[in-house]
Amino acid sequence: MTIMITHIFLQNYWWFIVSLLGSLLVFLMFVQGGQTFLFSLAKNEMQRTMIVNTLGRKWEFTFTTLVTFGGAFFASFPLFYSTSFGGAYWVWMAILFSFILQAVAYEYRSKPSNVYGKKTFDFFLLLNGSLGPFLIGVAVATFFTGSKFSLNQMNQVKWETQWHGIEALLNIKNLALGLAVLFLVRINGLLYIINTVEEENVVASAHKKLTFNIIPFLLFFLFFIIMLLVSSGFAADRVTGVVSMESLKYLHNLLRMPVVLIFFLSGVLVVLFGISIAVFKKSSKGIWFTGPGTILTVLSLFLTAGYNGTAFYPSIFNLQNSLTIRNASSSQFTLKTMTIVSFFIPIVIAYIWYTWKSISNKKINEDEMKSDGHVY
Amino acid sequence: MIENINPGLIDWSRAQFALTAIYHWLFVPLTLGLSFLVAMMETIYVRTGKEEWKRLTRFWMTLFGINFAIGVATGIILEFEFGTNWSNYSWFVGDIFGAPLAIEGILAFFLESTFVAVMFFGWNKVSRKFHLLSSWLVAIGASFSALWILVANAWMENPVGMVFNPDTVRNEMMNFWAVLFNPVAVDKFLHTISSGFVLASMFVMGISAWFLIKKREELLAKRSILIAGIFGLASSLFLAFTGDSSARTIARIQPVKFEAFEALSDGKQNAPLVAFGVLHGSGEKIGGKELPNFIFKIEIPDLLSVMTSGNKDAYVPGLKDHIEGNSDKGILSVIEKAERGKIARQTLLDYKKAKENKDNEQIGVLLKKFQDQGFRDNYFKYFGYAFINSPEEVIPEIYGAFYSFHLMVILGFLFILIFSLALIFLFNGTIGSKRWFLWILLFSIPLPYLASELGWILTEMGRQPWIIQDLMPVKIAVSNISADSVKTTFFLFVFIFTALLIAEISIMLKQIRLGPKH
Repeated sequence: MTIMITHIFLQNYWWFIVSLLGSLLVFLMFVQGGQTFLFSLAKNEMQRTMIVNTLGRKWEFTFTTLVTFGGAFFASFPLFYSTSFGGAYWVWMAILFSFILQAVAYEYRSKPSNVYGKKTFDFFLLLNGSLGPFLIGVAVATFFTGSKFSLNQMNQVKWETQWHGIEALLNIKNLALGLAVLFLVRINGLLYIINTVEEENVVASAHKKLTFNIIPFLLFFLFFIIMLLVSSGFAADRVTGVVSMESLKYLHNLLRMPVVLIFFLSGVLVVLFGISIAVFKKSSKGIWFTGPGTILTVLSLFLTAGYNGTAFYPSIFNLQNSLTIRNASSSQFTLKTMTIVSFFIPIVIAYIWYTWKSISNKKINEDEMKSDGHVY
Repeated sequence: MIENINPGLIDWSRAQFALTAIYHWLFVPLTLGLSFLVAMMETIYVRTGKEEWKRLTRFWMTLFGINFAIGVATGIILEFEFGTNWSNYSWFVGDIFGAPLAIEGILAFFLESTFVAVMFFGWNKVSRKFHLLSSWLVAIGASFSALWILVANAWMENPVGMVFNPDTVRNEMMNFWAVLFNPVAVDKFLHTISSGFVLASMFVMGISAWFLIKKREELLAKRSILIAGIFGLASSLFLAFTGDSSARTIARIQPVKFEAFEALSDGKQNAPLVAFGVLHGSGEKIGGKELPNFIFKIEIPDLLSVMTSGNKDAYVPGLKDHIEGNSDKGILSVIEKAERGKIARQTLLDYKKAKENKDNEQIGVLLKKFQDQGFRDNYFKYFGYAFINSPEEVIPEIYGAFYSFHLMVILGFLFILIFSLALIFLFNGTIGSKRWFLWILLFSIPLPYLASELGWILTEMGRQPWIIQDLMPVKIAVSNISADSVKTTFFLFVFIFTALLIAEISIMLKQIRLGPKH
């Protein structure tokens, strides 16, 4: 059987890849979620060291996924890159600032003569852990709520408000998704700590904190989902490309794409299952369910935003300037080239898996922190 | 194409990008070179089984880790600044420019970040051989990542392998291999990674010299000097070779940049190479820009002609030829190029109008023009000149280019001398007693940093006013945001980067003072 490698096929394929990277990123932000508990979960310095080190062994994967997500978005949908980054300047800059701080904080926090002291670097981690996921959630929410921008005939963006992205914080749906992402990564962070740290008090304290994060997560997530499903969405005509408002668009998308609906429902159920075994059975395996559940849920949201004739980056200033995966993509040749490169992704995943397993065969405990190895 | 060009915005956007790039480049070359040195030392450890080599490996690895973190931090900003500050650019060339960035992420960054974790956390957890393999993969991953970003950067110097699409108003990739094997990319990659190897070798030698001065860890210090000396000497010789090759390529592809860094106002036969000189204003002006002259210079007869054409009698054009034109040599003036660029731009505007009016006949005629090779070679090639208001705009900052280039070259030759002397003194067993030379080694650490940054200043400032040579000037590439916004983020970056640099240096110095762990 041969598959016609049409431009449309490649656009769909690359939207899937970008969505997958985005969903992996949200899952891997358990590192950020965990960082928000540095001060509240640890009762002493050793406990904090254990928490930092279990998270610190994974921070680069999250960081690299973010960079790759940005690079892949640029390569496959450059009009999104130029429109959103050049327009919503302040949101992206705030996200970037928080990630600069994270990148050095792990390596520098416990090194002697680090000038600013351990607490400062831990505060950087807290800042990155809180701001990063929240703002990424807000930015992704604008895929559904739209932004005020226009494109001229040369496809150059003009942000039609002087706030350059800050205005996204005034939309209640954007805030709800931002907070839902924040509480989700906090839950995943706790579950990851429970799974990897071998210290009774830390684990017990993490279990306690779960409940306080589950409730706001569910509230914000449900609020966002209900609002999304009952609201109008940005429909793009498949032939003419004309964008118009369609009532219940995102609900229609889910119903028209049963596979995406299954991803969404199963993702949510698996997340809830992971949370419930951690809460009710004090299981340490919760992350093994909430992780894949997070990936499936976020993936389904990205697919809902871009597939089925939907504008994934809508302009509420001029609907016809909205970005779709058809008008914002790279050329067929570039997407084809990139597709060949994407065949290496399974190899990348395979070696990441192998190395993770080989260096994570021991849990993080006091002995490990006092051993000869590299300790943050 | 862009309605309101705001000079303040352009300057601040350039300043912000330059700031990020300069800071980023304080850390990356050390990562590029030190990763290989660490892998070499670990290889000796694995082959000999001697714990002393492991101590040495781990010591340099600690310094590598401190440096690596801050390189990562500054790197992410660069990637996103293409979008945040150069959004028009991002669209105009994103179809070509984005691909290397994505490939860098998928193929190189994951390799680096995955195996760097094994490097640091894998001792006693994975086998010695797997650990060694990881160290090599980090080194290869670092250079591999440099390859892709340099391919992207080289495309800005020499845009190849693409065609302009008037419907999307962007350049689209047609030949991936032409982009990857762009002659500028090949030169740039080899020159850049070898500069990283030189820098790291000097870093290792300088610190080792400090241990010898302090009479601490003398055996380890000498072993480090041995490895770094050999690697540094080989790399510095290769650096000179790739530098020469780069200069020839630039002379052919970006003659104005070449003329700027040679401060060559007038074209000439039997052109000499200025080894060094001091410039001053000549009083002769092109538009509002004064051309320089030499107060003093040391030159090598005929060498520039030989270097650029392999023939001592060859004519080497000067800035005036490329600004005012030289019909005998077939060189167009800036004004002629601007006229052609304006025709290309008008054709694009006419095409857009025809599309708006749904005038199919006109659309067909104009589309054919864009597909015609003659139109591409004679008109669209100069598209960027349509935005050039006066000829002197295309002259880069000559003083900056000249001094950056010559200082970089002089330092390059100095490195060869330093590495050679270090090896001679090491092999004849006198290095420990030559304190003057040890101090030289120590105070030479900043020199490759200076040379490396000068190289980037030269290449980026020398390309001005272009962001993409001949196709897009920087002034139309910027994002449509306020200059104040960029100014604010500029100062925030200055503050954060400087604060982190201070911490980095302080931690490094402390770790060096502590020395290898027992």
